[in-house]
Amino acid sequence: MLAYVIRRVFQSLIVLLVVGLVAFSMFTFVGDPIDNMLGQERTDADIARLRAQLGLDQPFPVQYLRFLENAIQGNFGVSYRQGRPVAEIIAERAPATLELAFVSGLFAITFGIGLGVFTALRRNGWAANTIMTLSLVGVSLPTFLIGIVLIYIFSVELNWLPSFGRGEVVDLGWWTTGFLTASGLKALILPSITLGLYQMTLIMRLVRTEMLEVLRQDYIRFARARGLKDRAVHFRHALKNTLVPVITVTGLQLGSIIAFAIITETVFQWPGVGLLFINAIQFVDIPVMAAYLMLISVMFVMINLIVDLLYFAIDPRLRVDRTAAKG
Amino acid sequence: MNMTKPVLLATLLASTSLAAHADTLRWARAGDALTLDPHAQNEGPTSALAHQIMEPLVMRDMTGAMVPALATEWAPSPDDPTVWVFKLREGVTFHDGAEFDSEDVKFSLDRAMTPDSDYKELLASVVEVRAPDKYTIEIVTNGPNPIMPNNLTNMFIMDKGWAEANNAVKVQDYEGGEDTFAAKNANGTGAYKLVSREPDVKTVLTINENYWGKDEFPLDVTEIVYTPIQNAATRVAALLSGEVDFIQDVPVQDLDRVANADGLKVITAPQNRVIFLGMNQGDADLANDSVEGANPLADKRVRQAMNMAINRDAIKQVVMRGQSQPAGMISPPFVNGWTAELDAVPATDIETARQLMADAGYGDGFSIQLDCPNDRYINDEAICQAITGMMAQIGITVNLDAKPKAQHFPLINKLETDFYMLGWGVPTYDSEYIFNFLVHTKGEKYGSWNGTRFSDPDLDMKIEALASETDLEKRDQMIAEIWEVVQDEILYLPIHHQVLNWGMAEKVDTIVAPDDAAHFKYFMLK
Repeated sequence: MLAYVIRRVFQSLIVLLVVGLVAFSMFTFVGDPIDNMLGQERTDADIARLRAQLGLDQPFPVQYLRFLENAIQGNFGVSYRQGRPVAEIIAERAPATLELAFVSGLFAITFGIGLGVFTALRRNGWAANTIMTLSLVGVSLPTFLIGIVLIYIFSVELNWLPSFGRGEVVDLGWWTTGFLTASGLKALILPSITLGLYQMTLIMRLVRTEMLEVLRQDYIRFARARGLKDRAVHFRHALKNTLVPVITVTGLQLGSIIAFAIITETVFQWPGVGLLFINAIQFVDIPVMAAYLMLISVMFVMINLIVDLLYFAIDPRLRVDRTAAKG
Repeated sequence: MNMTKPVLLATLLASTSLAAHADTLRWARAGDALTLDPHAQNEGPTSALAHQIMEPLVMRDMTGAMVPALATEWAPSPDDPTVWVFKLREGVTFHDGAEFDSEDVKFSLDRAMTPDSDYKELLASVVEVRAPDKYTIEIVTNGPNPIMPNNLTNMFIMDKGWAEANNAVKVQDYEGGEDTFAAKNANGTGAYKLVSREPDVKTVLTINENYWGKDEFPLDVTEIVYTPIQNAATRVAALLSGEVDFIQDVPVQDLDRVANADGLKVITAPQNRVIFLGMNQGDADLANDSVEGANPLADKRVRQAMNMAINRDAIKQVVMRGQSQPAGMISPPFVNGWTAELDAVPATDIETARQLMADAGYGDGFSIQLDCPNDRYINDEAICQAITGMMAQIGITVNLDAKPKAQHFPLINKLETDFYMLGWGVPTYDSEYIFNFLVHTKGEKYGSWNGTRFSDPDLDMKIEALASETDLEKRDQMIAEIWEVVQDEILYLPIHHQVLNWGMAEKVDTIVAPDDAAHFKYFMLK
């Protein structure tokens, strides 16, 4: 068991290093930050001086090694655009993204499971058919378009919900939250729907298929034969068995909700790390881009690692194979 | 019954006067200020925010005219033409109550000349700043500098005591790593005080009750809430839904939508920015064209033909939806040296252009790559696409390569493009600034944006001489002569002057500032 864990951690580290290397080799193609940093009045001498000062005249492997050396000491450098430590900026922005991801996830799970069960039970009803058709729209429309359409309907035409920003937030010192004010909660609605719609439809379709599958099983037939009420059959017996694959998929999707909040954050001017990343790309703010990409890859690697370890704990066959291979 | 009416009226009046008491203007534009440190970034949104909080010695008002700010009078010293004397405004205090005097000015100007400052180029000619008494400042230059005050309109004054107490003597620099106090806090003399700031999220300013100009300016706006909204569609939606009162960049495709909405209006004015194309006319051969062993752009007839082939009116009508002012020179209209004759739009004449191409030996045409930004100027990529079609009419096959600005501008700087788009604004409102950067031979100190490889030593000497020519009439004459060469050589292909569109609630009353900097102390609310 320990050897397995150590090996998986070691593999994860290699993945991280490779991600970093690829990221740094790409930065050259994003552009040159120098022109953004110096004003229109810069001379060629200024350009050369700043380039040398920032180490941008070095080849990318050297820049990468320097980044790693500092990152190991917990120093992610200073943002070219804001002139402040990157770690501080990301810590400041993370609550916005995490709260948005949490609410979107909750929305996706609640509505995904609810509608999934409903469409499975009323398989041929008109309501279920309408939902299934509409869900196709949810899967196929790009996020930014859904966001803009929601803004147009609920902000511009109906004037119910704010079109941008996070509303009033309460600062708890180490965390800023929009959960404690009315405007903060209102501001969460449209971005959460925009971000969670795809995941919701995915979960809904998954639950529906699984549910239909389960309902065909023998034990459901026996349950009915025992004279159990429909409610007990559907929710106590069928749904429970449906949820196993759903939980696995949802866990993995949570990572992508955080990582792909970028577009939603741009449309709604949501002050999270995704918007920070987009700005960093436009400005060629290398320290911010590097830190963000590393953070996201750490997150994915962690999720995968935990999932793998869970399989290891749950599935005895993995352990048996290991010992068998040794013997 | 009769009593209710006056009571109602009185209540109404009371409520409106109450509302007038805290007049909040919610302001949005695409980008946020990068820092509050007044000397760290010479960049539009950064100095636009700084202008609300801090003040320079002299400033540009909303029409672009130079007006007194912290200095009341200024003139070259009668005894020594290399010295500019500024009389400072008396009785001004900073937001924290500290008194403003010449020590603060000397400190701030010295600070703006340090290597980490982004304003040092504008003060490159300054040898020394002296403070002979409490309300006089003398700026000594390395030769007479007739337009010194033009360079000071964004040179903000900080409080020396505040900077020293808060470890902000040094300009914020990127490499340093430490987070400077002045990047997040500000103490100025301006009409508005900083209340709170979250970069890229929200900045709140409130009126400075002790402002020296409180009887001079309308100061109707008593609170400013500034939120950057990057996505153009969201920015317009926020204005349409009444969540913001004033946005600075209305996309051209949304102009009608905003103008036709109830309670909103759009106002328009030419911007201090001209868009043009640069051509490599100095090299013997081009890297990015189809002609071997020769440079077609070096032939003046080819450049003339290209100039004639561009249909600027069509670009205005089709690409810009009427929102541009076709140009004949690469200077915005407010700048000293601009004339209507020079800016007259060259007539589109395909026949003559074809003839010129044939005379130059390119009757069969050639192909060349045009480098263009796609996120810097209004509809930049679309303009380049239109030009591609126009060049095809005279046999030039243009291969368009449009990229983000972070990739485009280094090409000009490293001389890796032969045909490129560039836009230029003139903060000093004087032609010398254009010549220094765009016409003078590219070198260490001058010509850093000149990607044309054009070089004329005589012209260079003339340009350098402008800096110290104190006879303004003679100087204007020299400027006119330099323009004549630039126009005659067809150094650049001017396209148009950008037009600024500000969208706002009906209650806001202002004009559009050509430098896109809203000075809220001038704003009136109806």
